[in-house]
Parts: sequence; C-alpha cells; structure tokens
Amino acid sequence: MNYVKKSPWILHYDGTSCNGCDIEVLACLTPLYDVERFGIINTGNPKHADVLVITGSVNEQNIPVVKQLYEQMADPKVVVAIGICAATGGIFADCYNVSGGVDKVIPVDVYVPGCAARPESIIDGVVKALGILDEKRNAMKLK
Amino acid sequence: MILKIILIIIITPLVGGLLAGMDRVISARLQGRHGPSVFQPFYDVLKLTQKESIQVNTMHRFYVYASLAFIILTVVVMLTGGDILLAIFVLTLGSILFVLGGYSSNSPYNTIGSERELLQMMAYEPMVLLTGAGLYYADKSFFIKDIISAKVPAIIYLPGVFLGLIYILTFKLRKSPFDLSMSHHGHQEIVKGMTTEYSGKDLAIIEVTHWYETVIALTLVFLFFATSSLESRIFAVIACLLAYLFEIIVDNGFARVKWQLALKSTWLVTGVLGSINLIVLSFFR
Amino acid sequence: MNIITLLILFPLIAAIAVFLVRNDSMRNVIVKISALITCILTLYVVSTYFKTGASLSFANEHVIDLAIISVEILVASYVIYTGIKSKCYLVSIFAAIQTPLIAWFELTQKAGIEVKSAIILDNLSAIMVLIVGVIGSLICLYAVGYMKWYHEVHKDYKERKSFFLSVVFVFLSAMLGLVLSNNLTWIYFCWEITSLCSFLLIGYTRTKEAKKNSLLALVINVGGGLAFAIAIVMIGINFKTLELSVLITLKPGIMVLIPVFLLSIAALTKSAQLPFSGWLLGAMVAPTPSSALLHSATMVKAGVYLIIRLAPLLGQTSVGRIVTLVGGFTFLAASLMAIAQRDGKKILAYSTIANLGLIVTCASIGTQESLWAAILLVIFHAISKSLLFLSVGAIEHQLGSRNVEDMNILMHVSRKLALYMLIGISGMFLAPFGMLISKWAAMKAFIDSNNILIVIILAYGSAATLFYWTKWMGKLVSNANNRNVTKKDFTLDEELPIFIQAVLIVIACVTFPLISKYALVPYLTALFKGNAMVPISASDINIMLIMLCMILLLPISFIPLHKKDKRRIVPIYMAGENTGDNETFYTAAGMTEKVELKNWYMEGYFGSAKLTYWCNVIAIVIMCTGVILLIRGLA
Repeated sequence: MNYVKKSPWILHYDGTSCNGCDIEVLACLTPLYDVERFGIINTGNPKHADVLVITGSVNEQNIPVVKQLYEQMADPKVVVAIGICAATGGIFADCYNVSGGVDKVIPVDVYVPGCAARPESIIDGVVKALGILDEKRNAMKLK
Repeated sequence: MILKIILIIIITPLVGGLLAGMDRVISARLQGRHGPSVFQPFYDVLKLTQKESIQVNTMHRFYVYASLAFIILTVVVMLTGGDILLAIFVLTLGSILFVLGGYSSNSPYNTIGSERELLQMMAYEPMVLLTGAGLYYADKSFFIKDIISAKVPAIIYLPGVFLGLIYILTFKLRKSPFDLSMSHHGHQEIVKGMTTEYSGKDLAIIEVTHWYETVIALTLVFLFFATSSLESRIFAVIACLLAYLFEIIVDNGFARVKWQLALKSTWLVTGVLGSINLIVLSFFR
Repeated sequence: MNIITLLILFPLIAAIAVFLVRNDSMRNVIVKISALITCILTLYVVSTYFKTGASLSFANEHVIDLAIISVEILVASYVIYTGIKSKCYLVSIFAAIQTPLIAWFELTQKAGIEVKSAIILDNLSAIMVLIVGVIGSLICLYAVGYMKWYHEVHKDYKERKSFFLSVVFVFLSAMLGLVLSNNLTWIYFCWEITSLCSFLLIGYTRTKEAKKNSLLALVINVGGGLAFAIAIVMIGINFKTLELSVLITLKPGIMVLIPVFLLSIAALTKSAQLPFSGWLLGAMVAPTPSSALLHSATMVKAGVYLIIRLAPLLGQTSVGRIVTLVGGFTFLAASLMAIAQRDGKKILAYSTIANLGLIVTCASIGTQESLWAAILLVIFHAISKSLLFLSVGAIEHQLGSRNVEDMNILMHVSRKLALYMLIGISGMFLAPFGMLISKWAAMKAFIDSNNILIVIILAYGSAATLFYWTKWMGKLVSNANNRNVTKKDFTLDEELPIFIQAVLIVIACVTFPLISKYALVPYLTALFKGNAMVPISASDINIMLIMLCMILLLPISFIPLHKKDKRRIVPIYMAGENTGDNETFYTAAGMTEKVELKNWYMEGYFGSAKLTYWCNVIAIVIMCTGVILLIRGLA
C-alpha cells in the first residue's frame, strides 16, 4: 500500500512574488484551514519533502536554486505551482527581471491559478497532487 | 527470556509511535485545530521507507543505524529490569553516535544541530546521573527490578530529584523550550538541525529511534512511582502519561530559549533540587 | 644479580650508551634495541613474580644509600645553581633545605633503623611496572621517528637528540625504581630524579617559554620533594621505620597524619592537582614523546601511585577528606576548562589533570571499592592517554597544526590516524571502554561511602567531559575536503607504537574481568584482610562485553549493506545555493564564499583565564583547611 498520500510533507519555496500567494499558502497551515489533518507538515528541507510548493515566478538568480532544491528531493515527488505567476509569470511575464513560470526550470504536475490563489484552491491542488504522487509511487515500484 | 526481549523490541516503538501521535493530536486541539490521526507517525515512517534512497556521503547513515542499535540495547536493559547506570551509559553512547552522524556530513545545519545537541546532553547529563544515584540511595540497588519491587515508591525519598527529572524531560522528549537541536517546528532557524541531511529510510530510522527514546524517558518517570503492588504500577503508568501531557502543554506554552539560558538554568536546577535532595537523604540513610 | 634489579638498572646503562653515541642511525638502533629489551625484561619480571610476589633486600644497602646521597647532593647543587642563574630563587631555597636535611638524617639518625625489604613487587607494583615498561618502551620507539622530523621542521632548535633520548631512559630507570622501592628514601631519590628529568625535557627547546615552564615545573616538583623529605625525617625519627609497607600499618594518630599530609602534598604536586596544575599545562611545550611519557602515562602516575599506597591511612581521616576534596574539585575544574581549549595538547593536559583528580579522589576515600576503581583508572588512563598524545604528535606532523579546528581534514589526509585518534578518544569516556567502567565503579564507591558532594561533582564533571571529547570526535569524522595539504608519510616508527597501543586498549577492555580477578582482587583482599568484591556485577560485565562486540562488529557489518544499497548522491543543503562542491555557496551578491564550521568553545563561561584564578584560590583554601585541622589535632 502506498503511504505517500497519507503523509505528504511539503517544501514551500517563494520565487519572485508579491508574497500574496505565499501568505495564502501559510494560511492553509493555520487552524482555520488546518492541512495537518491530512498529515501535511511544512518541512523547510528538500530532503524531507514530497511536495514542492512554489509560489512566484523564476528569474535568472533563482533558476539554479529551484533546480537544486528539486534535485535534492527524493522520489516520488510532485511540484505544485501556485498562483498565476508560478504558472506563466502572470502580469509580470514581460518584465526584464522575470524569466517566466516554474515550468521553465522543473516539470510541474499541478497548476493552481489565481492571483492570489485562495486557500481552498490551494488545498484542492495539493489533494490532486497527492493522486499524482500515488501514481508516481506505483511507477517507481514497477521499475 | 529471548521471547521477552523480542517482544520488548517490537512493542516499544509501537507504544512510542502512539505517544507521538497523541502528542500531535493534543497539540492540535490545544491550538484549536483538528489535527491528524493518532496513527499519523506510523504513516510518516512507512512513507519514508517508500522513498528513493539518496545520500550525502557514505558513512552518514552508519551512525544512525549504530545509534539505533544501542538505543534498542538501552530499552532492553531497562525493561528487563537491568542496571540503571549501565542503561544511562549505553544511552549516552547511542546519543553520541547520533551526534557524530550530524558532524559527519560536514553540512552547516547538521553541524550546528550537533553542537546544540551536545550542549543539551551536557545540560541534562548531571541530572540523569543524579537520578541514577538517587534511586540507588533510596532503594539500595541499581537494578530496576529491585527499584520497582521496593515497598515504598521512590518519590517519597526523592521529590527534589523527581522535579529535576521533569525539568530535563523537556530535553529528552525534544520539546520547547529546550528543543534547540532538531526541533520539528524550528525550520525557520536551522532548517532541521541534526536531521537535515537525512532522508528516506534513514529518516525513518531516526523517527523510530525517537519513539524508543520517548519510552526510555517515560520509564525513568515510571521508576519513581512503581512498587511491588499492581495498583502502584498502574498508578505509575498514569503518572507517566500525566508527565507526558504536562510536557505537551509546556511545549505549546513556551518558545525555544537560547542555549545560554538552557545550560545555566538546567545546571542550576540540577544543583539546587538534585543536590539538596541527595544531601538530605544521605543524612537519613 | 636479581632480575628485578637488572630491570631497574638496564635503562640507565642504555641511557649512557645512547648519550655517548652521536651517530644518528647507530644511536637510533641502540634506542630501539634498548626499548625492546626493556619491554622484554618487564614482561619477564612480571610473569615470573606475579603469582608469588617478591621482596628483596640488599647486603650492602649502606653503600647504596651513600651512593644515593652523593648523587642527591650533585643534583641539588645543579638545581641550586640553575635557580640562582635563572633568578628563580625559590627552587634554590627548596633544594638547599631538603638535601642537607636528608643528608643529615641519613648520616646521623638513620643508624638504628632496619629496612627489611627495600624492594617489593606485589600486584600493584607489577601493574605499575607493566605500564612503565611497556608503554615507556613504545614511546621510546616512537620518539626515534618523531625527533627526526621534529628537528626537520623546527630548524631553529638546537639538536640534542642523544641528550633527549638518554634523559628519557634515565627517567624510565628512575620510574621503575620508584614503583618497585619500599624504602622511603629510595622512593624519594627516584622521585627527585624524575623531577629533574622533567625539568630537562621541558626545557629541551631552550626557548624563553620552555625555560620559564621548565623552571615552573622544577619549583613545584622540588617543593613537593621538600614536603616528602620532611615527612621521611618525621617518620624515621618518630616511628623508627623507613618502609612504606610498615608505614601503612600504623594507626592514624596525629603524628602519623602530619607526615601523611606532607606525603600527600608531594603526591599532589607531582600529579599536578589544583593549585599546582600550572606546571603540567606549561609542560606541553615539550616535544610530544616527553608529554606522552612523563606528563600523562607515567611520571604523574607516581603521585597517584603514592596516594593509592597510602589509602589505608587516608581512608576515614581528616587528611583523606581534604585530599578527596582537592581531587574532586580538580576533576570538575579541569573538565570545565578543557571545554574552552583549542590546542589538542592543552585539551589532553586538562583531561589528564582531571582524570588524575578522579584517581586521587577514589584512592583517598580508601574503601575497597574505590581503590578497585582507582587502580583500574590508572591502567586505562595510561594506555588511552599515551595513545592520544602519540597520535596528536603524528597529527602535528601530518597537518602542521595541533589546533582541533584544523583536524577536520584528517580523514582525507590520513584515515588510519583519524581512526586511531577516534579509538583513543572513545577509550577515554565511552561505554564499554575501560575509563567508563572505572568511572562507574567510582560513582558506586562514592555513593556507598556516603560522599554525596563528590557524586555531584562527578556528575557535572562527566557532563563536561562528554562535551569536549565528542566535539573533538566530531571534527575528526567530518569529512572535510582539502586538497592543499600534501600527504606526508606516516612512518612505521610512528605508527607501530600507536597501533600496538590501540590494540592494547581493546585487549584491556575485553580482559578487564581477568585483570580484576587476578591482579586487583588479590591485592585488595590482602590489603583489607577480607574478601574483596568487584563493584560491578557479572550480568553488567556480560552486557558490556556484548557492547564491545557490537562496536567491533557494526562497522564491519555495514560494509556489505552499503555495497548493496546503491544511492543517488546529492549535495548538502545550503538553501539551494550550493556551488556543487559541498564547500562553497553563492552569496546574495552573486559571489562564492567558503563555509566555515567551528566548534563551540564558550570562553565566556569556561575560559581558563577566568577560571584558573578562582579555582586556585578555592584549592588553596581547601589545603589551608587541612593544615588547620592538623594543627587542631596537635593541640
């Protein structure tokens, strides 16, 4: 049986963002939304995490950082891009300091649109990611 | 005897895991949340065993496995009624192996975690040794099977030592205000401290080691209340659970302190409570 | 000539040979052969006399005594001259008082005193002889290789290698004489010779610092010698005996306690207890073989050996209480001060002082359990500490530094040396190694004899001990990479003694139940006239043997496990800014910076500058209390 979806630990990384989606992610951890009932813990450490939650877009300085964080995570892992900036760069996509969405650097599994994305959508997105995590785990077992 | 040892080795982490789960549920309720299921720590450990194996260097996980081996030996010695000082020394060996694992990765967060863990060990070690000495004084034997078969519960002779033990229980259970080295909630400060570079199966082993350590810490509390009668043993188990509840409340109530305060306050408490208790006791025995 | 006498005199002959031969390679051969013969003689003597013990007296003892007096006068003249020349008048005064005193005593008062056994070999002296003979020989062997590169690196020091090595052999001879003698004047003579050797070896490099520290050592040790001399005169005049074995059977009345107190002061100076610790810390400027031999394994053991011998008289008396307090307080203070040290040799020095304090405490409590612990501590400390000193010497050779912070690259520079060092450090405080066993027995002995204050001191001291040793071990296991250090050879001369000592530690740990049964229990049974009991129960010993097996087997069993489990290597976490080599990271400004990881030293709390002053004051107060108690006893 796969236990990954019973205990998904997240790593939250904030790129070039206005901190709006960032705060909404943190709101999910508060008693009002309480994601710990799903077993979700916010670890600050890629080596402990299963889900990489990214808010904000990428720029030249944080492209290697995002890559490194993704590499230091152990399989099975999923990436959830939260907010429109993480998906495509949002309204800042043409700015000189923005390279684009997260999928320019690492493969993204779930996109949660919104500006700022609401906690309910974020939780929905993470739950969808758990399903994908389950599939990845099955694929791992077969290898 | 072999069967007893095997049962101890298997059942202890299950009990420890349940206690960890209860900790999370009670903390959540104290914070006005619902919290995860009581079995969540087991799901965590099982999930970790299903992760890909990654490592930072080769020797890193050796220390974790060696540490677990000696912690298991400690539990076996304690729960089969063995010598309490020997158990303390084996526990020290296990803890030091774990600290060395933190150093061996040469990572900044691991190293800071290890230094802090060493500081924590230096802070609580006098009290732990005085607990062993005190129990010997009260019950004339170092052997746990003699201590728990006494006529009078040890706490009658050792109230000060018991209070000192409760003070350092916060260190042993890794709770605020004394969770400097690998706090579950401290990732803003030093990421995960000593456990930063571990993942997958090794991290699972670390979690299981913590479960064993929880049981060891509560066994120390048990020794103060147990006598040869069955009612006292049941009461001692309740006392352990109450102590654990107390620690959870303290955890939620206090923020982490700086190491200076941790070291100074613990040595002061040990000196005052432990020493006065023992000196008074030595006049009467 | 009896083989025991040959054992004592042989190193002296070797010393002369080593001093006269100036050709390097020939002299090295002589040193190695002499060391080997000394070791063989030691083993032969101990195995021959172990069961029965031996007790020797000499036909022409009078001539020997006269020879001793002449040498003492020569030595005293040298000391007085040195004192005046270096403007250290105190040492000249000490020497000028004690030698005429002893000479007067020898020539006039001694006439009626008969010495039945001048030399006694019992279980305790057999153990001491083994330590001196075996470890001493190993260190001589090590010294050959060490001194060669020492002068290659320090070209500014005058080369007097023959002098150095011959003084080491003279010292071995004196030390063997010390532990085998039963005649107090002979013990005193050997005692003073060891002080002289220590002075010569510390001042070897002739730098200003060396001269200052050697004079400090001389002053303190000769001061102790003065106390020793006065004690001998008092015992000789009041009790008409010069034998240690007779002394300890006397009833501890006040006229016995005063010389015992003086003898204890002599022992405390020799073993560098507070407030006399300054000389041992200063002695670390000497080349490592002398630090290993004199200042950790053997000479300082002479002091605690004397206290162990005097244990029946110290037991429940006021002098014993004072000595216990001094020893216990030294243990705590030195352990705390070791935390703030960065120099490897300084840490070892403080650790030596602390462990000697623990031995003094155990011995002066005088119960049979505590003596068991004390003797076991002597054995294990000698083996472990000499291993550590030799390894630190070799590390200094490899890395060019003794600073603990620089040792994080040792695993890459010399893996074997790092492993030996780890074995040595574990041997100092971890279960199931010997020092832990002894500390455990000590704790039990303290509680059983109702010494609550000492139990508390032991608890705090143990906590400090585990802190400074583990952080050193942490530096050794951290696989830091450094490609700038060129590997130097770890010569056989250096490695063989270190390897043998590491093996000795393991063997001693495994066989300690046998050591206890065949050496310690008989000695204690004879001393206390009752069946001696081992403080640690059989079931505990079994568990510790299990632990030892685990420690040996776990690394071996890890190897196949590790080969099977192929893992992806990832860089260490540096918040994603790792440049890839696990050592540097990108800063916010885009530049690369190296990660520096240092241990905690907490100088604000445990710095020796602050603590030394107050600890000395407290120690002096304790000693003065002792003097006051004695004066009160006289009244």
